[in-house]
Amino acid sequence: MAVIVTRDLHKTYNPDTIPVHALNGVSLSVEEGEFTAIVGPSGSGKTTLLNILGGLDSPTSGYVEIGGTDISQLSENQLIDFRKNHIGFVFQSYNLIPVLTAYENVEFVMLLQGRPEKERRERCVALLEAVGLKDHMDRRPSQLSGGQQQRVAVARALAPRPAFILADEPTANLDSHTSANLLDIMGKLNHEEKVTFIFSTHDSRVIERAHRVVTVEDGVIIRDELRS
Amino acid sequence: MIKWLILAWRNIWRNKRRTLISAASVAFAVLFAISMSSLQKGGWDRMLNNVVHFYFGYGQIHAAGYWDEQTIDRSLELHPDTLAALSALIGNKPVCPRLESFALASTGPITMGVLVSGIEPAAEDSLTDLAERVVAGRYFDSVAEEGVLVAKGIADELGLEVGDTMVLMSQGYHGVTAAGKYPITGLVSFGSPDLNKLMVFMPLETAQYFFGAEGRATTLVLQMADAREAKVAVATLRKNLDPAIYEVLDWEELIPDLVSARGLDDAGNNIMIGILYLIIAFGLFGTVLMMTKEREYEFGVLIAIGMKRRLLTGVVWVEILFLALVGAVLGMVLAMPVVWYFHVNPIVFTGEMARAYEQYGVEPIIPTVVEARIFIRQAMVIFGMAIVMALYPLLKIATLSPVQSMRH
Repeated sequence: MAVIVTRDLHKTYNPDTIPVHALNGVSLSVEEGEFTAIVGPSGSGKTTLLNILGGLDSPTSGYVEIGGTDISQLSENQLIDFRKNHIGFVFQSYNLIPVLTAYENVEFVMLLQGRPEKERRERCVALLEAVGLKDHMDRRPSQLSGGQQQRVAVARALAPRPAFILADEPTANLDSHTSANLLDIMGKLNHEEKVTFIFSTHDSRVIERAHRVVTVEDGVIIRDELRS
Repeated sequence: MIKWLILAWRNIWRNKRRTLISAASVAFAVLFAISMSSLQKGGWDRMLNNVVHFYFGYGQIHAAGYWDEQTIDRSLELHPDTLAALSALIGNKPVCPRLESFALASTGPITMGVLVSGIEPAAEDSLTDLAERVVAGRYFDSVAEEGVLVAKGIADELGLEVGDTMVLMSQGYHGVTAAGKYPITGLVSFGSPDLNKLMVFMPLETAQYFFGAEGRATTLVLQMADAREAKVAVATLRKNLDPAIYEVLDWEELIPDLVSARGLDDAGNNIMIGILYLIIAFGLFGTVLMMTKEREYEFGVLIAIGMKRRLLTGVVWVEILFLALVGAVLGMVLAMPVVWYFHVNPIVFTGEMARAYEQYGVEPIIPTVVEARIFIRQAMVIFGMAIVMALYPLLKIATLSPVQSMRH
């Protein structure tokens, strides 16, 4: 079953002054449980594609359907709710809330969802255990290493049980050992819990582990490679 | 809800030094504003209380038109049952009669204008504690005693002492000549320098004889516990008395100059405090500006992961409110001992300063007043400031694009 379907996506920045065509007709379908890497050189349009898939940006033209919903039809508030309930985000710079503990960061989106406290507690503990940080749940981001922070970010993204997780260069700020550890965890979650991951990355270690590699250049998909 | 409040509280302590500096500036403004307001109100309250409690009373009844043209010819005839009937109208509160008119007071070659006030000694003492203000000699024994109580300022001016004789000359009721010699039975001292240089008291019947106005009074003073009670009594009397015969005035109408001077002083004080708050508000706005600017990226992330702009704005608004309230509470805590100290130990001016105050008819003693209203007012001002401050992050968050803010 396709989690994401896009058809002929176009995105043009500054259409009235100096137009920059970031996407030039991208059509993509991502199935549930995929571990997909979107790769390409800087300026190729992969971040724009990820922003549109995440409902953070809207295409100039084209169609985006996520979990059967045409997100271009949603209002600003509906889109925020949609992201909250269906999309998990992992950012390059972790972007945890510095004044909250690891536990509270993971709990945050569930709080926004209005989930009951018991459910929040059970899910937070389970996710922090899954990313190997159960013993660090009371620590604030400043008391965690970069790799640990990114693992908390992964747990936070998973907490609301999203349809898929968008990860924008999640290993860019991590050393090789920490990156491998993070990829192990994400691979395990993908395999065991059938979580769909879509990465934007330059990192060859991420590309090696991906089941599918979509290469974007000059705003078009030039290669879509499935691996066994 | 609690979680969001906790988040807001923790957010203000991200930069402890900046928060402490901002809170300290607010605290200083609040401390200054409370101290100034308490001192100013205390000074005015004391002065008005002196004038109202020690002489004018909280309300007066006169013959119609008397207050505009204060002449003994516009006095009231006092029937034996008049006072009882008026008293019954206002819940049996006492009504104290006076016969007042100006006179020339002389001793030897010196003459000065005075206000002769004919009083019922017992009723007047009950109203104004006049007996307690006797600083030399004694108070009146009866309503018909031949003698006068002279205010200290007049005695000093005329060089009089207890036992001396004062000559009084005036125009009595319907133009009769009023003249008499009266032994000084005592000297009285008032807090108000104006009263100290004005008043000569005489038992009511003696004054009626002196002015040729037997059975008459110019003023009936209402004996009320406070201004609020007086307002009700004055309203009741106005409703029940014929305005063609009587006029009823409350204390604010009796001393309009002082009331408007107070209003003017209040306005000046408010402008000064307003300017101070404005300066502090700009300082606080600098903090809000920095708080907002340095967290634009984070705001973008929060909106991206599903936090509604309204909720985010609410949390940021509570942060600003917390920041301002930390300062306000600190300022109030610091102000309490200051205000209390000067309430118990009023500022007493001496020397030139005291004389300058007295020239304006003001007692040179300024206590602070301890009133919750003054403290609450500062909290309201701070609350208002926080609301205005919140407009900037509100606008910023409302127009923020998550993609743009995360790109920076």
